[in-house]
This record gives sequence, C-alpha cells and structure tokens, in this order.
Amino acid sequence: MFFITSNDRKLRDDGRAYDEIRPIKIEAGVLKRADGSAYLEFGGNKILASVYGPRESYIRRLLKPNTGVIRVRYNMAPFSVDDRKRPGPDRRSTEISKIAADALRPALMLEQFPRSMVDVSIEIIEAEGGTRCAGITAAAVALADAGIPMKDIVVGCAAGKVNDEVVLDLSEKEDKEGQADVPIAIMPRTGEITLLQADGNLTEEEFEEALDLAMEGCRQIAKIQEDALKRRYGVEM
Amino acid sequence: MKIVPEISRRSITKLINDGKRADGRAFDERREIFIEPNIISKAEGSAKVTLGDTQVIVGVKPTIGEPFGDTPNLGVLMTNCELLPMAAPEFEPGPPSPESIELARVVDRGIRESQLVDLEKLCIEEGKKVWMLFIDLHVIDYDGNLFDAANLAVMAALLNTKLPTATYVDEEVVLDEENLIDLPVVDKLALSTFVKIGNGMVLDPSLEEEEILDARITIGVTQEGNHVCSMQKGGEKPLTRDEVLDAVHMAFTTKEDLLQHLE
Repeated sequence: MFFITSNDRKLRDDGRAYDEIRPIKIEAGVLKRADGSAYLEFGGNKILASVYGPRESYIRRLLKPNTGVIRVRYNMAPFSVDDRKRPGPDRRSTEISKIAADALRPALMLEQFPRSMVDVSIEIIEAEGGTRCAGITAAAVALADAGIPMKDIVVGCAAGKVNDEVVLDLSEKEDKEGQADVPIAIMPRTGEITLLQADGNLTEEEFEEALDLAMEGCRQIAKIQEDALKRRYGVEM
Repeated sequence: MKIVPEISRRSITKLINDGKRADGRAFDERREIFIEPNIISKAEGSAKVTLGDTQVIVGVKPTIGEPFGDTPNLGVLMTNCELLPMAAPEFEPGPPSPESIELARVVDRGIRESQLVDLEKLCIEEGKKVWMLFIDLHVIDYDGNLFDAANLAVMAALLNTKLPTATYVDEEVVLDEENLIDLPVVDKLALSTFVKIGNGMVLDPSLEEEEILDARITIGVTQEGNHVCSMQKGGEKPLTRDEVLDAVHMAFTTKEDLLQHLE
C-alpha cells in the first residue's frame, strides 16, 4: 500500500516525509521506587527517566528558602552507543543536564515547596540521535507521574537541515551527515519555548522554518505524553 | 543510612521465627523472574532482568586491546556497575559507592572464577591483541537482592553476545563484521543470595528483608561444573558453620530452578 504524503519533497533515507517524526512510544510509571518515572522509545532511542521529590534539600548550597529547586542528571549508558562510552559525567552530559533542568523548571510550581529539591534522572539506555529532546520529553512525563504540580507538560523535539532541506526530527545518521540541528522544548499549551539550541548552518528563513517544524513536532509528541499519563491513571480515552 | 522503624523490624523477624515471610514466600523461594535478552541493538550482548520489582540492565561491549603480561593468551573481562540515582532515593550520582564496587566485583568474580567464558578463544594474537569485554551493569530499580539479579542479567547478556570474526594480518587486527561468532560461553553460573534474620535464613531477600538483615551470604554455583565458584558474606552479624552449609546446600538445590530462566 502506498501513502501519498502531503508534500512533493523527496523522502528521507529512512523513508520519512520531511515533516514526519520517528515512531514514538511512552509509558509512565515503570519504576517502583521512584516517585515518578517514564520509559520512552523514539526511533532507536531508549530512555528512562525518574523523579524523586520534592524532598528536603540536603545540599545546603542548593537550598532556596522561598522555592524548590530542580536538579537533573543526564547520563548515557556505556552500551548505548557504538563505541563504548566511558561511564560518568563528561562535558557534554554536564551541559545537557543543566539545560534540561532549565527546560523543565518553568512548568513546575515549585514555589509551593520551599527548601525542597526535585531530582530528575535521565538515563539514555540506547542512543540514536535527539537524546536531549527525547530525555526532556520523558522527564516531563515522569514529573507528572510524580504528582508535582505543573502548569503544563514540557516536550522536546528537534528540526534540522539535511541535503539542503529543512526536516523534522533528525535521526542519528541525519544528525551526523546533516548541516544543522535545532533542538527545542516547549510548553505546548502556551507554545512557550523552554529550550532552544542550534548548531550548523541555517539561513534566517530556514531557521524559522525549522523552529515552526520543531514546534509542530513537539505538539504531536505532547499528545503521546498525554495518552501515556491517561493510560497510567486509567482515564478513558 | 535509612532508619527502619523498629515495628517493621520486629514484625518481619517474628514472622521469620514462625517460619513465614512477609510476602508469603517459602524460605527457599525466589520472586518472579523475567529475562528480556537483546534489548540494546548497539550492544554486542545485552539483557534486562526483573526480579520481583528489582530491575537490572546489562550491556556487553567488546574492544580490542593488549593482554596482561602474565596472561598473554587470554582475553580480558571487565565488570563495571552503576547504582543509578533513579534506582532508589538514597543512591547518589558521583564516584562509585563501596556497595556498587562490591556488587561489580562479586559478579565479576563469579564469571571469572567459574571460567564460564573461554578466555583463550578471545585471544587474537598471543601477547599482542585480545578481545576485552566490558560488562556494564545498570541498576535501574532497587527492590532488594541486586547480586542475583545482576548475575542473571550478565549471564543472559553473555549468552547472546556476538563478536565479529577477528584475524591478525600484518601486525593489524582485521575485523569481519559480516561473520559474527557467538561468545564462547561454556558453563552457566547461578548466584544465590540468602539473608539471616532472626533464626531463619531466606533466599532472594526483598528490600524490606535486606534492610533489617543480620547477615548476608551470596553463593555462586556452576551448572555443568557443579562447583561453588564464588562466595561473599555481608552484614554486621556472624553466620554459624551450619548456616553457611545450609545456604550452600540450598544454592545447589535451587540452582536449576534459577538457570532454567536462561533457556
């Protein structure tokens, strides 16, 4: 059976249309000990996220008397990539941890929990391009699963440029061979952007196109997040 | 350090003294086991094991390296363990804790001492190049008895590990990724952990049992070889000779029951 896609641009290496995301699956509440958790498969990515807290901040220097704080740890398993990654934090994962915390923070109503700490852990079990966005997507589901008051979900997706075409959600191969990558995260209800990075070469028009495309991707993924949470809490769909 | 309310310590201990367990299991009964092999396509071998609510993921990655000077014809095994902060509220990121090092070393010792991986077959050119296998243990949910869960996951991962064919040509290793060979695994190891609480010794401790244990003993037994290959005692209280022997006996009698999950 053939599907005629809505555009006349040529298909990508893996057969996707320019505005098509990879297959995605999210499950909420997969870990017993954690207060909240989620498992996400996105293309070849396999990601676990967990949440502990809000709990009393035992790290004095992080404690804020008027609000809670969020800490994120993004970590790649040594076996998640082709050449074994040395365990432990490196510069890349330290940076991603920080921007992931900044991406998630705006949605959380942590003012209700002064002097507390929320610990989010994003574990990349298998990586296939776009792990930071997928990690944030999974972490947001885990935060909701933990019952932390949130203004909105947070959802991440990237767009980029491959073969001079702006495309949605780069695969690992496209990321390596491509000309640009724009990972973003938004709060879908308001469309506010909580994470934005870009690398590569894009014209102004291409950037705008990429941003719009990535936001559209985010909105699609947000539906899957919502479904995962409804399934977890037995809400009729 | 977690504070266990005295009341639950007493109730669990009293149950065990009466020959019962809080979750209704027999003393030599394990929780439910699920093994999912080959869950990581980028790892040459992998598995996820669920033991009760404990979950462990293992990935095996090979690299080519130089053999140790005293074993020029043997491949190298390296086991590393991470108690991920997601697995329990008390696990912290940072350098490996003594607990995670102990876990990695106990699992490593079992595989090494039982010689279940034929390390001679992992030699590519004697004294020059050998396969080095990195076994990475990822604990993602801690609900007691990480030793047995980790060992089972390592066994399952090793049994589905495939390596490219390697040949040594003109001082260089040539890899043939088209022709994969199974990792030479010649035996299987059953690792069984018992804890002593009150007057009883129970197999496969749950988290609440582990939190109040007096003593712990972990025993590795091979399937074909039918030998004890590794043992590790933990906990602040001693064990008597009879308690140790009873535990070893139970490790043998429950071995097949455990290893059948690897079929």
